[in-house]
Amino acid sequence: MKKKIAAALLLCSLPPSVWAADEKQSLAERLNDKYGVEMLGFAETRLGARLVDDEHEDTMSIGEARTQLRLSRDFESFLVQFKGDLLADAVTEELNADIRELNVSFRPTDWADVKIGRMVSTWGTGDMIFINDMFPKDWQSFFIGRDDEYLKQASNVVKTGFFFGDYSLDLVYAPLFQGSEYIDGERLSYYSPAVGSIVGQNMVMEDREPNRWFREDEFSARLATSFDQIEAALYAYSGFWQEPEGMDMASGKAIYPPLNVYGASARSPLFGGIGNVEVGYYDSSDDEGGSNPSVRPSEYRFLTGFEREIGQELTGSVQYYIEAIDGYSSYEQALPAGMQVREEYRHLLTLRLTKLLMNQNLTLSLFAYYSPTDNDGSLRPKVKYKLTDQWQIDGGMNIFFGEDEHTFWGRFQDNTNAYIGLRYNF
Amino acid sequence: MKKKTMFFGLLALLVSAPAFAADPSVDEIIKKANVAAYYGGDDGRAEVKMTIKDSQGREREREFVILRKDKEDGGAQLFYVYFKKPSDVSKMVFMVHKSTDKDDDRWMYLPALDLVKRIAASDKRTSFVGSNFMYEDVSGRNLAEDSHELAQSTDTHYVIKNTPKKPGEVEFSSYTVQIDKKTFLPVKAVYLDKNGKEYRIVEAVKTEMIDGIPTVTESKVTDIAAGSSTVSTFSNVKYNIGLKEEIFTERYLRRPPAEVRK
Repeated sequence: MKKKIAAALLLCSLPPSVWAADEKQSLAERLNDKYGVEMLGFAETRLGARLVDDEHEDTMSIGEARTQLRLSRDFESFLVQFKGDLLADAVTEELNADIRELNVSFRPTDWADVKIGRMVSTWGTGDMIFINDMFPKDWQSFFIGRDDEYLKQASNVVKTGFFFGDYSLDLVYAPLFQGSEYIDGERLSYYSPAVGSIVGQNMVMEDREPNRWFREDEFSARLATSFDQIEAALYAYSGFWQEPEGMDMASGKAIYPPLNVYGASARSPLFGGIGNVEVGYYDSSDDEGGSNPSVRPSEYRFLTGFEREIGQELTGSVQYYIEAIDGYSSYEQALPAGMQVREEYRHLLTLRLTKLLMNQNLTLSLFAYYSPTDNDGSLRPKVKYKLTDQWQIDGGMNIFFGEDEHTFWGRFQDNTNAYIGLRYNF
Repeated sequence: MKKKTMFFGLLALLVSAPAFAADPSVDEIIKKANVAAYYGGDDGRAEVKMTIKDSQGREREREFVILRKDKEDGGAQLFYVYFKKPSDVSKMVFMVHKSTDKDDDRWMYLPALDLVKRIAASDKRTSFVGSNFMYEDVSGRNLAEDSHELAQSTDTHYVIKNTPKKPGEVEFSSYTVQIDKKTFLPVKAVYLDKNGKEYRIVEAVKTEMIDGIPTVTESKVTDIAAGSSTVSTFSNVKYNIGLKEEIFTERYLRRPPAEVRK
């Protein structure tokens, strides 16, 4: 329903005249001159195919036409922003609209900023690994070759920032928990511990969607400061696991168990590059000290990373990440027979290489995840070329591999795909 | 009578002064030129349009607003660059805390992800936004990186030859800069490659007096070897507008200040 309303809104905001060429001025110029409204956006088409046979999924991994429209109006004392996507999806055979921004921001006093509405939020120091960033993600988009922008989902929040000298306190309140777009089998297959094999459209995961406003809510906080060249921050989150990490035994539906996160991070120049470290404790409050097998147990998480320029227009970065189960022995004992036992520690390494060529119009990049403990991982090679200031073409692959089917990356191993996209920016 | 003598004496002194005055020292010239080129006023704002032309004549454009605040003349500076065009980089922000005694701090803000990214600033001799300008052309090359000598002093210009102290870190063997004697603005820099051949020219095409400060309002970089060039025009240049230091912090990366949005 929400999507339909959004689609209607988006269509209304796009009168045919938008596309009609004017003799003198483009529509964007007319909007700007007459109403002070800035208009930007793009139109793109994207196509991809699965490279591994999966009897439960379509061969086409992505097939879509998308238009994004960005409008903003700067009033004296406040700013209104809109960003909407209209998407014709050949894989799901649906026409979807996604409002990625519809918000107003203002400054009630010198030391506070407020932003209310729908928006994307990000904080923390990880690169494609998130510990204290509990804002909703879209892993499905990330794995099928949509632009990196779509890894982040928009959510409805009230965001306030307070600024005192070198300190800042950010508070983000979401009156209704949204959760991340996870791999549920509809478009990408995954390993089902219940079935004991990889499943897809034959067993799309069902979850109980949160719907109680102001009760199923989320609260995120960050206290940040900087001294010398170091940026440091403390974080706290109260809400739910971003993916359905629990099972309601009565209905058989996946549920989002309650979760609190406490963490800290630091980032600083180091050895001619940038170093970062981030820690977090995931307090899964329904896990009963690890002895509740229907809920993901509490975890400690640790991340450290380093990035630097390693050649002409060539940047490299590495990250090391550990996930440790808190109360491992209780978890191990409580797990029903036949269920795959997780290791106490999960280690993960990442590597990123980015090379710019041809006056920075051609970008070659590789992002790799590898877990030595699970012996699984994912590779994301990508090429992007800006033909002109308006036209760009890109292509890449999402490769998944793993020794076992039940591990984090191993469970997606039938989803390896390649894609290509063409975009016109206006 | 007495007065008259004094007056004539003074006049004689004035007239003859240039004949006696030696050129200022090389150090003085380059310091003055550095301040004239990069430290006009205590702060400043400019709208910049770059036109990049490749060897086949294809053009690309960049538009951005740049804010600058000096902590001290010839020393640390803060830069805030707010992109307007092309559309795919619109509203991105690039921020630099420039230092003369350590590596600069650089940040990038990507609005689509609401991401504040810190970037390693080791190599300053790479292209700025894909143009023929390098980071160092935009924010200034540290004077201590080169040894300087006065190669020539004409009626209108000083010509300074600059030789890098660590030649392995740069792509040139030396470069000469012509500095206007009146304004101390560098007006032309010619770079020689490792074989001593001219391959890159940075020049001030247009200079105007703005708020009493001599200002380059059009500059051009020509890459002779690659056959490409970039022209930058600066408009609505303003000085001493009272920019607050807090603008150059994460708060304003996420919420650009009125000074760049207008």
